[in-house]
Amino acid sequence: MLIKTVFSGFGGQGVLMMGYILAVSAMRGGMQVTYLPSYGAEVRGGTANCTVSISDEDIASPVASSPDYVIAMNNPSLIRFEGQIKTKGTIFLNSDLIDIDPEREDIEVFKIPANTLAKKMGSERAMNMIMLGAFVSKTKITSIDSLMNGLTEVINTKSKKQVEINRKGLEMGAKYVLKGEWGCLREKLN
Amino acid sequence: MKKVFGKPKCLKDAVFHYCPGCGHSIIHRLVAEVIDELSIQEKVIGVPPAGCAVLAYDYFDIDIGESPHGRGAAVATGLKRALPDRIVFTYQGDGDIAAIGTAETIHAANRGENITVIFVNNGVYGMTGGQMAPTTIIGQITTTTPGGRNEKRDGAPIDLSEMLALTTGTVYIERTAVDTPKNIIRTKKAIKKAFRVQMAGLGFSLVEVLSACPTNLKLSPVQANEWIGSTMTTYFPLKVIKDKVGKLGALPHLE
Amino acid sequence: MLLRGSHVYAEAAVRAGCRFYFGYPITPQNELTEYMANALASLPDGVFIQAESELAAINMVIGVSMAGKRAMTSSSSPGISLKQEGISFLSAMELPAVIINTMRGGPGLGNIAASQGDYFQATRGGGHGDYRTIVLAPGSGQEMADLTRAAFEYADRYRIPVIILGDGMMSQMMEPVEFPDPIDPKSLPPKPWVLDGAKDRPSRIIKSLILDTSAMEEHNWKLFRKYEMIEKEISQVELFLTDDARLVVIAYGTASRIARGAIKRVREMGLKVGLMSPKTLWPFPKRYLLEMSRVVTDFLVFEMSTGQMLEDVKLSLEGRRRIHFYGRPGGIISTPDEIAKVINNIYFKEGLETEV
Repeated sequence: MLIKTVFSGFGGQGVLMMGYILAVSAMRGGMQVTYLPSYGAEVRGGTANCTVSISDEDIASPVASSPDYVIAMNNPSLIRFEGQIKTKGTIFLNSDLIDIDPEREDIEVFKIPANTLAKKMGSERAMNMIMLGAFVSKTKITSIDSLMNGLTEVINTKSKKQVEINRKGLEMGAKYVLKGEWGCLREKLN
Repeated sequence: MKKVFGKPKCLKDAVFHYCPGCGHSIIHRLVAEVIDELSIQEKVIGVPPAGCAVLAYDYFDIDIGESPHGRGAAVATGLKRALPDRIVFTYQGDGDIAAIGTAETIHAANRGENITVIFVNNGVYGMTGGQMAPTTIIGQITTTTPGGRNEKRDGAPIDLSEMLALTTGTVYIERTAVDTPKNIIRTKKAIKKAFRVQMAGLGFSLVEVLSACPTNLKLSPVQANEWIGSTMTTYFPLKVIKDKVGKLGALPHLE
Repeated sequence: MLLRGSHVYAEAAVRAGCRFYFGYPITPQNELTEYMANALASLPDGVFIQAESELAAINMVIGVSMAGKRAMTSSSSPGISLKQEGISFLSAMELPAVIINTMRGGPGLGNIAASQGDYFQATRGGGHGDYRTIVLAPGSGQEMADLTRAAFEYADRYRIPVIILGDGMMSQMMEPVEFPDPIDPKSLPPKPWVLDGAKDRPSRIIKSLILDTSAMEEHNWKLFRKYEMIEKEISQVELFLTDDARLVVIAYGTASRIARGAIKRVREMGLKVGLMSPKTLWPFPKRYLLEMSRVVTDFLVFEMSTGQMLEDVKLSLEGRRRIHFYGRPGGIISTPDEIAKVINNIYFKEGLETEV
C-alpha cells in the first residue's frame, strides 16, 4: 500500500500544516511516511504545496508524479494538479474559493465549502483543518483519533486555545462528511 | 656584568629572514616584548597571514595557527569564540587585510570580535615581488603600476583603519609607524594597549603600523624610512583613529 | 520524530557534541542554519555566527578546529565552491571538520532543485592540491542522522574534513528519525595537537606552508598513507536484493531510494535486479563492487547528473563487466516507474532473463 497526497493552495492557507499533521498522524499510526514541501521562490508568498506519502513499507520517492489524492484550496491548485491525479484518484476542492469544475471524468471530485464552515465555526483560520478533517474522514487514510493526536503533537508548543480551535475544525470537517452534506460532483466511479 | 638588553622570552632563537631595513623584524620584536610584559605567552595564539610574515611561526615561541590569505579575522574569530579566555591576535599585511580579506576584517570588526589585529602597512605586495597594494599611494611605482598608481585607473589608497573605525564593534584603532625610534616606542605602546583592550574583554582592537619595504620601494633602508615620514604619512596620518576605552571601562592597572 | 532533513543534520550535529556552527544563507538548506541558530543559542557553550560569506564561515571552522572543538558549516553547491579554499587548508593542516553540501542544479547559480552534480568536486578533493576528503552519502532521514554522527567521529579519528553529500530533496523532505543519545563535548577525548596557549608544553604550530620541497613531498605521502588507511577502514555500502541479482543498480542518495522503488516493481515482474548503494563515495566502495562483479555481469549506474560516479564504477571494474548508465541532471527527479522501464530495457536487451 502506498498513498500519495498533494496539498496545494496559496501561502497563508495552511496547506503545509495540513500535510504535516497528516504525516505525523500516520507516522504515529505505525506507517512509513515522507513529507516533501515545495520550496524556494514559489513558497515565499505565492502558491505552496506539499506531498505526503504514506505506506506500510519503505517509501522510494517522496515525489508524487501521479498522486492518489489532491486537496486543492484555490483555482491555480486545481489547474496545476488536475492533470496529474491518478486515474480513479480523488480531488478535494475548497468550493468557496474554486469556481471552476474539473474536466476529467476519471477522477472523483468532492467539494467542501471550507471558508463558509470556518466562518460558521467562528474561526476562519481553521479552514485548513476543516478540509483535512473532511479528507481524512472520507478516505480513512488514518483514523480521526490519530489525527487528533497528531494535531496535539504538532502544535503543542502553541496556546491551548489554538489547539482547541484546530481540533474543532477537524471535527467539523469530519462531521460534514459523515452527514453527507457535501457537494459531490462525481463519486463512485466504475 | 648586569644584562640590560636581551631577546624577548617569546621569540625563538632564530635569525629573522626579513630584508635589511624591513619593518617586520621590529614589529615582531615589539609584539614579543608586549607578550612578555603582559605575561601572556602561555595563553596567546597568533594567526599569521599569507605574505612575508607567514613565517612568523619560525620566530614566535607561542601557539600559531596559519590562516589562508586574508582570512585571519575569520580564523581568529573561530579561535577566540572557542577559547574566550585566551588572547588571540592576527598579524596581517596590507594586501591580506585590505584587499583579499576586506570582508572578513570588516565583519569581524563589526561583530566586535574580542581580538587584536596587527596590521602592517608597507604600501606594496612584498612577498610576491612588489605589486600594487590596496594602500599603494598615488604615483607610487610598483611592478603592476609601472607608470605609478593612477587614481582613475587603480583607485585611491584605501583607508581601512578609518573605515573600520566607523563600525560600532571596534574599540581601539591607532595608526603608528616604525620609521623612527620615537615612533617605534609609540608603536609598542599602541600594541600593548590593543592587547590590554582584548584582555579587558572590551572588543576589537587594531594597530596599523606603517612599515618600510626598502626592497620593493627600491630605496635604501634609510631612504625608505624617510619616505614613510615624508610621503606615506601624508596619505596615512599617524594618530589614534578611535578610542572608546574610557567609555567602555578602564583597563586594569598594570604593575 | 518526524523531521525535515535539514533539521536532522542539525540536531544530529548538536547531539554529536558540535557546539560551533558558521553558515551563510543559501537555498535549499537555510533551515539547517536556522535550526543551528536556535539550538546553539539555547546551549551555554553554543556558538552560532551567520558569517559574511561562505569563505568566512569555513575559516571560522578552521579557527575552532585549531582549538580542538567540533565545528560544522553547511551550504549548497555554489556556496560549497566558495568553501573549497578552506577545505584545502583543513586537509593540509589535518584539521577535523564537517561540511554539509545540499546539492542543487548547476553549474553556476543553476537552480534550487535536487541534483547530484557535485560528485566530482566532493570526491576528488574539490580545492587545490593533492588531497581527498571523506564523502558520506545518506539516502534517508535516518541515515542523515547516523552519518552526521559518523562524520564527526571520522573527522576526529582521521583529522580530516568530512563532506556529507546530500541534495535539495533530502534536506527538504521530512521522514521519521530516531537520534542517538547526545554526546557531551566535555566527555570527548582531548586532542594532543590543539592550539590553546603554550602552557606547560612547547609551543605548537598548525600550518600548511611547507616551502622545503622534500618536506612537502613527505607531507603529501603522509596524507596519502592516511587516505590509504581510510580506504581500507571505512568504505561502506548498503545492499538490497543483490543475492540472486543478474543486474545491479548502483545509486546513492535520492537516486538510490528511487532505484529501490524501481527494483521492487521489476521484481514483481520476476526480474532479478538488486541495488548497491554506496554510503561512502570517497572512499569509493571498490572492493564490494569487485566482489559482486564475480557473479553479476551487468551494472546500471543511475545518477541525478550526466555521469560522475559512473567514472568510479568504470575505474573499479576496469572493463570487466558491462556498465550501463542512466542520468537526469538539472534537478529532475526520476520516478521509480521511469527507472523500472530503463531496467526492463537493459535486462531484456542483454538477455538476462535467460537462465544460465
